[in-house]
Amino acid sequence: MSLKTIGTAVILAALLAVPFTGIYPVFVMQIYCFAIFAFAFNLLLGYTGLLSFGHAAFFGFSAYVTGWLMAKHSVEPLSAILAGMAVAALMGYVIGGLAIRRQGIYLAMVTLALAQLVGFLCLEAPFTGGENGLQGIHRGALLGLLPLQSDHVLYYVILVIFLLVYALIMRIVHSPFGQVLKAIRENEPRAISLGYATQQYKLLAFVLSAALAGLGGSLKAIVLGFTTLSDVSQANSSEVILMTLLGGTGTFAGPAVGAALVVTLEHYLSDIAGSWVNVVMGAIFIACVIGFRRGLVGAFQKNL
Amino acid sequence: MDQIFGIPIVVILGQLMLGVVNGAFYALLSLGLAVIFGMLGVVNFAHGAFYALGATAIVVALQTLGINYWACLVLVPIVVGVVGMIFERTLLKQIYRLEPLYGLLLTFGAALVIEGLLQSTFGSSGFSYPVPDQLQGVFNLGFMILPKYRAWVIGFSFVICLTTWYLIEKTKLGATLRAATENPRLLQAFGVNVPLLITLTYGAGVALSALAGCLAAPVILVTPQMGSTLVTVVFAVVVIGGMGSVLGAIVSGFLLGIVEGLTKVVYPEASNIVVFFIMALVLILRPAGLFGKEA
Repeated sequence: MSLKTIGTAVILAALLAVPFTGIYPVFVMQIYCFAIFAFAFNLLLGYTGLLSFGHAAFFGFSAYVTGWLMAKHSVEPLSAILAGMAVAALMGYVIGGLAIRRQGIYLAMVTLALAQLVGFLCLEAPFTGGENGLQGIHRGALLGLLPLQSDHVLYYVILVIFLLVYALIMRIVHSPFGQVLKAIRENEPRAISLGYATQQYKLLAFVLSAALAGLGGSLKAIVLGFTTLSDVSQANSSEVILMTLLGGTGTFAGPAVGAALVVTLEHYLSDIAGSWVNVVMGAIFIACVIGFRRGLVGAFQKNL
Repeated sequence: MDQIFGIPIVVILGQLMLGVVNGAFYALLSLGLAVIFGMLGVVNFAHGAFYALGATAIVVALQTLGINYWACLVLVPIVVGVVGMIFERTLLKQIYRLEPLYGLLLTFGAALVIEGLLQSTFGSSGFSYPVPDQLQGVFNLGFMILPKYRAWVIGFSFVICLTTWYLIEKTKLGATLRAATENPRLLQAFGVNVPLLITLTYGAGVALSALAGCLAAPVILVTPQMGSTLVTVVFAVVVIGGMGSVLGAIVSGFLLGIVEGLTKVVYPEASNIVVFFIMALVLILRPAGLFGKEA
């Protein structure tokens, strides 16, 4: 057995054992949700070279849709999640379609502005609960068969989804489609001259990323039982950037590692550091950009 | 004739004036962004944080240090500009050879740090300071009442914008700056200290945003986060105007402030988002922006 296989087996065993270690499962589930969010974001930044500064719009809005369907209409969880993802994909089509009309930093600014627009809509729209957020989302039973009330059951369901998303991202990146995305990242004019309709590839990448970001948001709504404006906020958009950057842009596992670190860090910092959280987060941001652009997983892979 | 479409003219004029005041802030901020972007190729995400820093600094200078208002208007932008230059010299200059995206991320981190420091020092509840004595009172124009302070903000910003435009487009210094944007290596070969020019440009851009903060402090509640929402709008303004031109930044800044003000009259709920709608429209119809050149 190679070192890699052993490593994978150990990590998998550890993830499976979490509910029996005394670690609060909801906390780890939250990490999975953000990891899925960061995977989705990394598909754009890491593999297509598009920096979206408004990904929280997809994450948060999908959370609202799923939460609203489950809380107000008692919809079964899987359908509610799929509905949230569908709406997120549609938003990705519209926002992405507008954003890819410009490139680089302009694209970042356009996504930021459009996400702000979504944030305002969530504040005003009747179904989101405005400043109070949407509460009382009951976990229900998956497909009407598997009750999710127990943290343990929900943990394994979310773990499976997390692993599926991980596999899906790998599949996408290794597919011919993924190779074209990488070509666009490296040199778009050349990809165009080779005959690829790069705009369509970028749009599809955007839609996929938005849908998966939505999945992360929907799952978070189910795990925590509520959704608030902070899910669609700019702070959330920047958090997913930080996770991806810290873990390693353009690596498979990086976003998950980054998500685990940032969520944990925030959890503990908010107790001890209070209003210094932003200062610490900003400092990590600066440190990542100046001296640590590969991220943790990137640096690890290089030294292996 | 005191109504248009059933809306009292006084209301329209009032919102129009507020719109121009906001437009003045947009213009000052997007001008600074455009100048920095032209020279450094960096989108300065920390712009909103420097704006908040300027606003906080003038309140402290006036109330705690007891410095004269007019002196503050000069001192605060200079001090904040120097902070910006230190940031440029120590951190920002390290990423020039990288992709532009890193500049955005780095300045975003800086914004978090600055806003976080402001928050832990001054709290997040916000404070304001009264309009200085010399600028209290109103002008009665007959058809409307114009507070002196607002007239001052509009007039002063307009003069600053025009001066900056003149400096960049019509003077020798401006020609050097534009040359540095065009081809920094060649300019350096002519014996111009380009790195110094870059640092000073960044300082000047930051000083403009601090000045906007100084002017905004009496009319907008001063909080650490006052800049972070604004910077999003200013980004949209920049996308609409096209980052290429200084004039574009000024014109679209004022214009969008006015549009926002008028929207407030017709449909108040939309006034927060009308700029983003216009941005979407511009992207569909004229992706390079209203004043932009590149396709």
